[in-house]
Amino acid sequence: MLWKRAVHEYIYFLQKMKRYYEEGDEEKKPPEQAPVEDQEPAEEVTKAIEMTPPPSNLSHRNKPKNQLISGAKDPFPGSASVTKELLSKYERPGKVKLVRNMCAQRFKSLEEKVQTAVGLTARHEVLLPEEDGYLEADEGQDTWTITQQDIAEAVDITSGSKHFNLVLPQFGPYSINYAGNGRSLLLGGRRGHVAAIDWQSKNLNCEMNVMETVNDVRWLHTQSMYAVAQLRWLHIYDSNGVELHCIKKFNDVLRMEFLRYHFLLATCSSTGFLQYLDVSVGKEVVATNVKAGRLGVMCQNPYNAVIHLGHSNGTVSLWSPSMKEPLVKMLCHRGAVRSLSVDKTGMYMASSGLDKKLTIFDIRTFRPLHSARLPLGAGTLCHSQKGLLAAGTGDVVQVYKDTRIAAPKTPYLCLSAKAPIHGLQFCPFEDVLGIGHGGGFTSMIVPGAGEANFDAMECNPYESRKQQREWEVKALLEKIPAELITLDPTKLGEVDTATLEQKQREQKERLGLDPNEKERFNPRRRLKGKSSSANLLKRKKKVGHERQRVSMSVQERKAKQQEIKEGQASPGPKSTLDRFKK
Amino acid sequence: MDEKDLFATEYPVSASEDEGDSDTERKHRKLLDAISSLDGKKRRKLTERTEASLQVSEFGISAEGAGDKLSLSDLIQPSNKSSALSTVKKQLKNISQAKSVELPLTREQSNRIQRVVAYEKTTEEVSRWENIVKQNRKADQLVFPQNDEKVKPARLEEVVTRWKPHTPLEMEIFNVLHKNKQPVTDPLLTPVETASLKAMSLEEAKLRRAELQKARALQSYYESKMRREKKIKSKKFHKVLKKSKQKEAVKVFEELRKTNPEAALEELQKIKKTRIEERMSLKHQNSGKWAKSKAIMAKYDDDARQAIQEQLQKNKDLTRKIEVVSESEESEEEGGVVPDFVNDAQVNQDGLNPWMSGKLTSDAKVCVNQDVGDEAEADVSAEVEDAADEDSEDELSEEENLLQEFEDKRRLRKMEDEELSAIHKSDGEHDVDEPREEQVTAFNLLFQRLLNQSKQESHKEKRNVSEGRHKVISEEPVEIEEDEKEDEPFLMETLDRKQDLEDLDALGQEALSLSVSSGKKEPARESSQVVADTQAKKPKLIDHNDVLPVKAVKVKTPLIPTAVEEEEEEDNDADQKMIIKEAFAGDDVIRDFLKEKEQTEKAGKPKDIDLVLPGWGEWGGTNLRPSKRKRKRFTIKASPALPRKDQHLPNVIINEKRDAKAAAHQVSELPFPYNNPKHFESTIRAPVGNTWNTERSVQKLTAPKVITKQGHVIEPIAEEVLQKRGPCKKPAIKLDKPEPKSQRLPKKRPHGKHPVKRKHRAGRKHKKKSG
Repeated sequence: MLWKRAVHEYIYFLQKMKRYYEEGDEEKKPPEQAPVEDQEPAEEVTKAIEMTPPPSNLSHRNKPKNQLISGAKDPFPGSASVTKELLSKYERPGKVKLVRNMCAQRFKSLEEKVQTAVGLTARHEVLLPEEDGYLEADEGQDTWTITQQDIAEAVDITSGSKHFNLVLPQFGPYSINYAGNGRSLLLGGRRGHVAAIDWQSKNLNCEMNVMETVNDVRWLHTQSMYAVAQLRWLHIYDSNGVELHCIKKFNDVLRMEFLRYHFLLATCSSTGFLQYLDVSVGKEVVATNVKAGRLGVMCQNPYNAVIHLGHSNGTVSLWSPSMKEPLVKMLCHRGAVRSLSVDKTGMYMASSGLDKKLTIFDIRTFRPLHSARLPLGAGTLCHSQKGLLAAGTGDVVQVYKDTRIAAPKTPYLCLSAKAPIHGLQFCPFEDVLGIGHGGGFTSMIVPGAGEANFDAMECNPYESRKQQREWEVKALLEKIPAELITLDPTKLGEVDTATLEQKQREQKERLGLDPNEKERFNPRRRLKGKSSSANLLKRKKKVGHERQRVSMSVQERKAKQQEIKEGQASPGPKSTLDRFKK
Repeated sequence: MDEKDLFATEYPVSASEDEGDSDTERKHRKLLDAISSLDGKKRRKLTERTEASLQVSEFGISAEGAGDKLSLSDLIQPSNKSSALSTVKKQLKNISQAKSVELPLTREQSNRIQRVVAYEKTTEEVSRWENIVKQNRKADQLVFPQNDEKVKPARLEEVVTRWKPHTPLEMEIFNVLHKNKQPVTDPLLTPVETASLKAMSLEEAKLRRAELQKARALQSYYESKMRREKKIKSKKFHKVLKKSKQKEAVKVFEELRKTNPEAALEELQKIKKTRIEERMSLKHQNSGKWAKSKAIMAKYDDDARQAIQEQLQKNKDLTRKIEVVSESEESEEEGGVVPDFVNDAQVNQDGLNPWMSGKLTSDAKVCVNQDVGDEAEADVSAEVEDAADEDSEDELSEEENLLQEFEDKRRLRKMEDEELSAIHKSDGEHDVDEPREEQVTAFNLLFQRLLNQSKQESHKEKRNVSEGRHKVISEEPVEIEEDEKEDEPFLMETLDRKQDLEDLDALGQEALSLSVSSGKKEPARESSQVVADTQAKKPKLIDHNDVLPVKAVKVKTPLIPTAVEEEEEEDNDADQKMIIKEAFAGDDVIRDFLKEKEQTEKAGKPKDIDLVLPGWGEWGGTNLRPSKRKRKRFTIKASPALPRKDQHLPNVIINEKRDAKAAAHQVSELPFPYNNPKHFESTIRAPVGNTWNTERSVQKLTAPKVITKQGHVIEPIAEEVLQKRGPCKKPAIKLDKPEPKSQRLPKKRPHGKHPVKRKHRAGRKHKKKSG
């Protein structure tokens, strides 16, 4: 929050400075130039903010700038230039060429504003304080030969302390989950051990045994609540380990994903149901029968909040709560899918199957990019914020770099956990990979894994209690409805071009009846023999004819209009004898 | 006017008549003339007499009454005065002037005309405002009231220049400042300052400052550190210190080794001596009293355990043989430069699934046969094939046999490598071309010579053993290796025991080159594989390569999961069956998927509408189908289906159904000024919120269209604005001039309407302009 504000202030300051000099200029210019300046100050500003190309920059510099009374010069005239690459990073896609028409002016001014905004955003890059980097080995050395101990010794004490082991051999393999800002860690042992830890200070916030199998654990939107998928039902506990809810609608849950912008907890169960729980109101949003047997593999696409499910027949299906059928179904492996992970950009999906292959898919085109064979195959996969891919193969964790470019040949780092690996997750905003395994938990240092520059407005690892509260309120206000989850989020910005007919059909489907349908005429029963069947039929026919007539008249009117349009207006009133005309 | 008078004028007046009378008469006539001239056409030229003369002239000079028409009444002029004729005259005149008065227009008609005129007037008037209205519509923002002068803060320079010293104190100060050439007008910099600025650039200054700062800081750190360390009494600390010093010493030694080998050798001797001493003593062997007591405690106490471990580590460190990194080192003697598991992994991997490996080699064979052109290469490959065949057979028959085979191969390969290296060395020990050798220092060379001598002997022996089998050693060892790898990705590659890091690196490069070459050969190989596949599974119609097209690259894994070893160990028949089942299970998966895809495609297609009524116009009944012709006639053909999104993706089914719930949130009707959805979409494409934008741009993007100041009266627009802004023509009809007002603009006015009747959105006072 602070840095962002600082950025704003800085930018504002820059702008102010610029204005100051510019105004001085204008005042001192000879009068014949003044009107020109008057006309296009706005344009000039925008131009300056749009990546001023070198020539225009030069022209800026050539202007006589020392026109102040004081004779002071602006040491850096004009606005600083922004490189094209930087600008293109923030470019808003979908720009349309300007067309001369009614809305051209509005169009133009808006486009200018957008470009200005892009320029300003690009300028912010300068103020991102942190740089990211990776381990680089000496010549003839490989990065994977560097052990955790080496790294921990080489880095500073605080970072070094991020490599640690929790020896918890009793309660079986651990599934883990880091909170959204990476501060708290949740451990769920298969044999019922649940613990919430502030892993950096190693403070134990709560610990308990739920005396039931724990399938998965997941933090909800704050660090004060978490969901535990237990043997039968889904339970929600608070940070002190007090059970808040037992949700019996969600039974036999195997895996969970929390969609933080939608406040949805997506669960998949051994009964084959994909369910969504709105945690802000505590209601089930939708329950879908996937019809693909036991659902034990699940991950979310952080870009569009689509849920990916892996099935035993080697297919991966993509789901959104608004559709009862999968959005996409793709065959990824010959054997069953064991694990899935989608990277932060939502472009690449890594999947591993029983065929021991690790395949990277481009999920914009749904094409496999490359594939690698791992010994024993990867049981768990996880992408880091910077795109590293961790794979848990048996009891060894291997971290791969640049998997989107080429198939991995050698790992970037690897570590043997000495027990079968069960849960993997990169800690957000930290160069740390959490490994939950049969013997407890291991925190592994993976240089270059985490995002170095965090957006404090979005997710603040250092937030205070008060900030946390405020964030919660804001996030709730900005909650995105579940229906907006689509494969392509940009679709929402498009005009719905469906025909009226289609819309009516949809309405009919949605409501279960057609609101536009006219009810059939049911002749009233009359007394005194007026309701004989013949009479009824006659009355029905009458109404039928009436309707026909109305529709006919509409048609006739249309035909007439057509005629008039074509210029064959009728010369006068028709007479009955016209028909004999030739 | 009286009738009599009229006649009197016509009558020629005698000269004796008085002046005044004639004057009035003239005027009267003139009037009459004027009136008659109004009649049009026969306009008569008036001639004015300027000189006095008689009325009647025989030459007709006088123009008075010259071209007059003869009227009926003129004929009875002589009997002028007789009153009896006057009535006749009147009647005659009436006859000549008799015309019917037109009926007045109906009220509707007159109203219409009035309206038309009024409309024209007002349009003319209102159209003058058109420009302003347009401008206001285009404006991004309108602020009301509009002509408020903004109070600008005066700039510093102005303020300063305006100021003059008054009091004596001020004067004094001013004088002092002047003496120092302190700029009065320029409050920013003195000449001295500017000069200094010029002298040193900002970066330089910054650098300098940073340097100084750093130096100061370092000095202070060092001082404080020394002070602190002086006071420390902890043994542990000193221990650590010693350790670090040792490390440093090692570093220095390394440095020395590179720069001054002679001195380094001496150093080495010293180290060796310490090692010998260490080996002699029992100091760190954990056999002392202290160590034993700690060993008991170690079970319960972490610290004790650590202490013991430290001791042991120390011992290890001290007793470790100091080695020089050389290319050719005996694998038996290798001191753990590469951890053992590196090699373990390779061994395990190949033994992972013998059935699979056999399969893959046969696949690879085909490729190689396609690829290889050279005879020599073919030779090699053939040989390798044989070997592979043998291998697979062995695997199927006996595990131990297989292992034996592997062992042989491994030895062979190693030997070959070593030989190669030996050749290199014998060729040129000081070969500059070899990049690796470049890096080897003189010191290294010294040792290498010694080592090589001993090794070469052993190599020769080994070569003698295996020469019978392995005959070809070509001039391009790398290429052969490549081929071998392609042939037997499982066998050869994994059995190649890597001796040190350099070797591993070389391997990596090989792999890279391999990938490059394989990339080149891709198409040919693919086709060959397709052929092979189709041959293998002829009855299948589905080409599996299409469905799961990406070939898996094998990952080199330094660490191998323990489960793999177990897998290798248990080699039951049941397990084999499972593996086979697993492998073949995939085929059904693909077929099922393709079937499903076909079904969904079919379901998505629009269907023909069948309107055939059986028995209509024909015989009907059981087993009687309507005729083909009829069926054809009464089925409405559906339009062809739109191309599916997944038509080129065999392994994907994309749902084409409309997401109605999401569509409810979309814009369903194009808003007013836009006529192309693309244009509208592009205007809403950019996010406006502060999550994606800077605060400044958020403010700009979300600025309100109209701003009204609270508590200010917003007056209707005044006419002065017209003169000020926008070129427009003068009004044809001058309106009542409104009293001078401040020029204000209403927010919006549609054209062609009365501006005077518009009400302002935010206005409180409505003023009507009289039109």
